[in-house]
Amino acid sequence: MDVASAKMLGAGIAMIALAGVGIGMGTIFGSLVTSVARNPASRDRVFGLAILGFALTEAVALYALVIAFIILFV
Amino acid sequence: MAAEGSNSIDALGQFQLHTTLGAVGASVNFTQSNLMMVVAGAAVLAFLYLGMRPRAMVPGRLQSAAEMGYETIMSMCTETIGGHEGRKFFPFVFTLFFFILFGNLLGVFPLFFTFTSHIMVTLALSLTVFILVTVVGLKEHGLHWFSYFVPQGIPVALAPLMVLIEFISYLSRIISLSVRLFANMMAGHVMLEVFGSFIVMLGGLGLLGYFPAALSLGVNTLLIGFELLVATLQAYVFAILTCIYLHDAVHLH
Repeated sequence: MDVASAKMLGAGIAMIALAGVGIGMGTIFGSLVTSVARNPASRDRVFGLAILGFALTEAVALYALVIAFIILFV
Repeated sequence: MAAEGSNSIDALGQFQLHTTLGAVGASVNFTQSNLMMVVAGAAVLAFLYLGMRPRAMVPGRLQSAAEMGYETIMSMCTETIGGHEGRKFFPFVFTLFFFILFGNLLGVFPLFFTFTSHIMVTLALSLTVFILVTVVGLKEHGLHWFSYFVPQGIPVALAPLMVLIEFISYLSRIISLSVRLFANMMAGHVMLEVFGSFIVMLGGLGLLGYFPAALSLGVNTLLIGFELLVATLQAYVFAILTCIYLHDAVHLH
């Protein structure tokens, strides 16, 4: 197998990490909905934490993307 | 721009730096990244100056926006870092937040450049925060600061391994802080470039390509909206993580 094909495959395999990120995102917003359902008055406070959690989890997805780019282009 | 043939999409060429401002710029290597940093700084100063100039008791829109900016960052600092210490770090966090926010937002406009989409810029910002947090911790607590790496309530046998893990995760803050901002901005602009290339490539197919090109234009419009959200969110996350790290440095837990 030549290097270019191996790079393409490597970049594709690196994207498997997004499965974990997807599960994490779903967990964050699922627990946001549950906690607001239990205590609607806490909505504004909890929403801020949920957005922080979303951004931090999204960062992991982008680490995987950066590794894929490094495999593809470096 | 879209590539030479219609075979590949040149997604990363937009990030290449060229010198601006003619011969004067070329002599000092003043690139579009530097230009956008100056524009962002001037925009923040103009926003605050023009926003606070009216000084009305019942604020208009611009004054209200400037006051809300001040208020959110001040409450973020005092709530996250603690009352007295929070005020000390407020100017730094405010500057950091608004510089990154305006840098991210200005990059969404056409023909402007997002200076935060380069790892060197975000690495410089992240190293500034890391060095600040370490120096503040050492100044505040002296050599006792190293007890931060020994978590409470662990069995003594595990301590060496835990200290190593904690130390490595402390060092990884540099990478995570910088790569988060860099990757978000770069990925957003790569997406915009790719879908824009789709529009041009599909439009070149003649009458059959007009409908998919219009769909691609719609996706690009939605992506710009998403980019605005991500820009604000990433600036907020950078600022609040800075506040959390400063809280750890000042309070050691």
